[in-house]
Amino acid sequence: MTTILEMRDITKTFPGVKALSNVNLSVEEGEIHAVVGENGAGKSTLMKVLSGVYPSGTYDGQIIFQGQECQFKGIHDSEHKGIVIIHQELALVPMLSITENIFLGNENARYGVIDWDANEQRTAALLKKVGLNEDPKTLITNIGVGKQQLVEIAKALSKDVKLLILDEPTASLSEKDSQALLDLLLEFKRQGMTSILISHKLNEINRVADKVTVIRDGRTIETLAKKDISEDRIITSMVGRSLDDRYPPREPKIGEVVFEVKNWSVYHPIHAERQVIKGIDINVRKGEVVGIAGLMGAGRTEFAMSLFGRSYGRRITGEVLLKGKPVDVSSVSKAVQHGIAYVTEDRKTYGLNLIDHIKHNITLANLGGVSRHSVIDDLRELAVANDYRKKTNIRASSVYQLTGNLSGGNQQKVVLSKWLFADPDVLILDEPTRGIDVGAKYEIYTIIARLASEGKAIVVISSEMPELLGITDRIYVMNEGRIVGEMPAADASQEKIMRAIVRGEGKAA
Amino acid sequence: MSTESAPAPQGNVGEEQRPRIAVSALTTNLREYGLIIALIVIMLFFQFTTSGTLFKPVNLSNLVQQNSFIIVMALGMLLVIVSGYIDLSVGSVAGFIGALAANMMVIWQLGPLSNPLVVSIVCLIVGGLIGAAQGYWIAYHRIPSFIVTLAGMLIFRGICQALLGGGSSVGPLPDGFKALSSGFIPDVIGPLTLIPPTVNAAGKTIMGSGLTLHMTTVVLGVIAVVAYAYFGLRTRRKRERHGYEAEPFPLFVIKTLVASALALFLVYEFASYRGLPVVLLVMGVLISLFVFVTKRMTIGRRIYAMGGNPKAAQLSGINTERLTLLVFINMGVLSALGGLIIAARLGQAVPAAGLGSELDVIAAVFIGGASAMGGVGQVIGAVVGGFIMGVMNNGMSIMGVNVDWQQVVKGLVLLGAVIFDVYNKNKA
Repeated sequence: MTTILEMRDITKTFPGVKALSNVNLSVEEGEIHAVVGENGAGKSTLMKVLSGVYPSGTYDGQIIFQGQECQFKGIHDSEHKGIVIIHQELALVPMLSITENIFLGNENARYGVIDWDANEQRTAALLKKVGLNEDPKTLITNIGVGKQQLVEIAKALSKDVKLLILDEPTASLSEKDSQALLDLLLEFKRQGMTSILISHKLNEINRVADKVTVIRDGRTIETLAKKDISEDRIITSMVGRSLDDRYPPREPKIGEVVFEVKNWSVYHPIHAERQVIKGIDINVRKGEVVGIAGLMGAGRTEFAMSLFGRSYGRRITGEVLLKGKPVDVSSVSKAVQHGIAYVTEDRKTYGLNLIDHIKHNITLANLGGVSRHSVIDDLRELAVANDYRKKTNIRASSVYQLTGNLSGGNQQKVVLSKWLFADPDVLILDEPTRGIDVGAKYEIYTIIARLASEGKAIVVISSEMPELLGITDRIYVMNEGRIVGEMPAADASQEKIMRAIVRGEGKAA
Repeated sequence: MSTESAPAPQGNVGEEQRPRIAVSALTTNLREYGLIIALIVIMLFFQFTTSGTLFKPVNLSNLVQQNSFIIVMALGMLLVIVSGYIDLSVGSVAGFIGALAANMMVIWQLGPLSNPLVVSIVCLIVGGLIGAAQGYWIAYHRIPSFIVTLAGMLIFRGICQALLGGGSSVGPLPDGFKALSSGFIPDVIGPLTLIPPTVNAAGKTIMGSGLTLHMTTVVLGVIAVVAYAYFGLRTRRKRERHGYEAEPFPLFVIKTLVASALALFLVYEFASYRGLPVVLLVMGVLISLFVFVTKRMTIGRRIYAMGGNPKAAQLSGINTERLTLLVFINMGVLSALGGLIIAARLGQAVPAAGLGSELDVIAAVFIGGASAMGGVGQVIGAVVGGFIMGVMNNGMSIMGVNVDWQQVVKGLVLLGAVIFDVYNKNKA
């Protein structure tokens, strides 16, 4: 096997921070090479250096690709060489078709006139390759995230890719779609393609990776060969300490029912006849952590957002009871006043003001708590922000750092801090650990455990079943807008949950 | 070969690698300082090219009176732009309000309702209603503000012209009303004569000779400067007492001294002419109010959050619809005030009043560092931006630069300021 890519002594400095220092990465032709590391360890920065997002000259070190030293001035240069990166945030234009997206900027055109027939034929062939059964004319906005991911890959294939880089490709995919994607990667490998996989999901890495390079604090820690890959080993070298237990221990002290939802129904905001949530009943007790399991598209986020000030859907019916009394949660501010908080699954779009700093983000949902007569007390606000920064262990130079510059895990801690400062009784956490690394996950679990011990009622929505099994007391299983199962976490298992989903599907049909 | 003779990118590398100390609040203020320095440089440039005319007390008074309406409207526009919207109708609304005010005072005999003060209050309310009408569609029906206010721009210019009966003007307006723009605050303390004016052979004093200070202006100015220094010091103390970093003391002293010296210089200038223009006082009060609202009040914070990420703001319990409506109502009231100031200055209502001024107002806000994407922008920036535009207008007019070329220069300054901003942001 020959070395296709070698990155030597890459050092990249941002004002005040050394993001990468002397990182080395060597990738053999035809392998799947996983790059893992905690949030802010420098994985994404390294890939941006490789793909030319940070042009040559803004970093130190050498990139040798197929035996040639490369100095990429931009993404175009690296794509020209056959290095294609698929970012965590998909870069597709929603209102254009699959074909238009695949050939965007790369159209088969003659004198600026596009030959659509040729493009569609090529698209159909590419879609077949990635196993996506969709009409090439379909608009991106009409297909799910999992399929969009496949379109991105098809787009990469259209560019005659030699090295495919996937930055957390399965972060927003369901279990099933993730498996399909990983199978596709293995298929590409058989065809001789080289890929770099950045992922937080260690079981996936275990399954597909030939080698693993671990990065911590902007340095290469080690590269493990296939035979040495084990979850424990990776975790140890990622966090620099061994994590005996991935979930913090807790002793649940469960009290009376605090939060109750009765016969909750919601219709789709655009397709008015489609019922998204079909008469859901749930309850949460004081000090209890309740999980909602389910596949992508089961309606869990829609359910949570419709509860939280009718932020989703139309024709919402049903009752919300707090400590036995019905409450009006028809607007977000009313829900907040009643002590309900919802931590979104999509922190960048719905959770944070990315162009403002940590301090202002933390106090946003409870400005009344740092002001008198609508005048903000700057010092009190600063004290609050520093306090939560310490409590949730947000890693930043100060509370004046812009949230847009933080890593995913730290952003999530800011969103959590915002809602903790609002001091809710009921906290709904939607995919609280999505896209964040093991170390930060543990910290988030610790916060959840602490909140429960303080007597809060907590609902956790998660697609990661081990996580639900590890941190909750009771699990509801949701499928196609219905609750199809309920079980104490102690009795639950991944199989039981899956069985409930499958059985529920049979019932619904 | 070419790589050898390319020192520029290497220089950049060196610069990037130099570690910079993150000084929290200072960096955000740096841009404001830079802008103020730019204004001073531009003023000195024109002082030089107009052989000293620019800083003559009479010219400074003129400058303030000519540009006040732009700055008043820029305060509202700043909030509109920070919220992530735009308002193209402000010039037309100002024109319409001027026509309405003139008709109420001169044409329609409304008895006590024709009193300038009553007319002004009615006009401000009408302005607020116009803002509410436009804001309603933007906030509650999600019609893009560009379209709603473009319609408003056409509608209110049309009504303005119709009210004035085609192309004619309505005037003259009562003196009491004109004082809003061309008046000076009364000297309740009495003048202080430093150098007696020269008396000519006919026994009349020669205008502009001698040196008499308008003492009320001086006293107000000194009080303002002392208050500024006192509050600055108090905030510092408070921060230090709570153990938070404050800016380095020498920097604070220099900043306060420079600002005070500039303020006292301007006070002296105004005092040696006819005192503080009424409109400057109005403007000063409004500027302080808006600085306070944007920096210290919850509603200001919410506006920035809404502009930064409307969805996140909404999910944090902020009523973004109502907030949008309020921002446009505020803009309407300030447009109306701008219209009153224009009419008062001209002494009559004309069909072209405020024509095209929306662009000057928007330019002032962008020169002042606001982001077209929303969420970013400072009141002081917009005000200084407005003054930069005003000083350039005034200076170039005195120099005798053709109006056509004045527009070219203003356009270049706007583009340059924004490019400078974007460049700086990317570098950081």
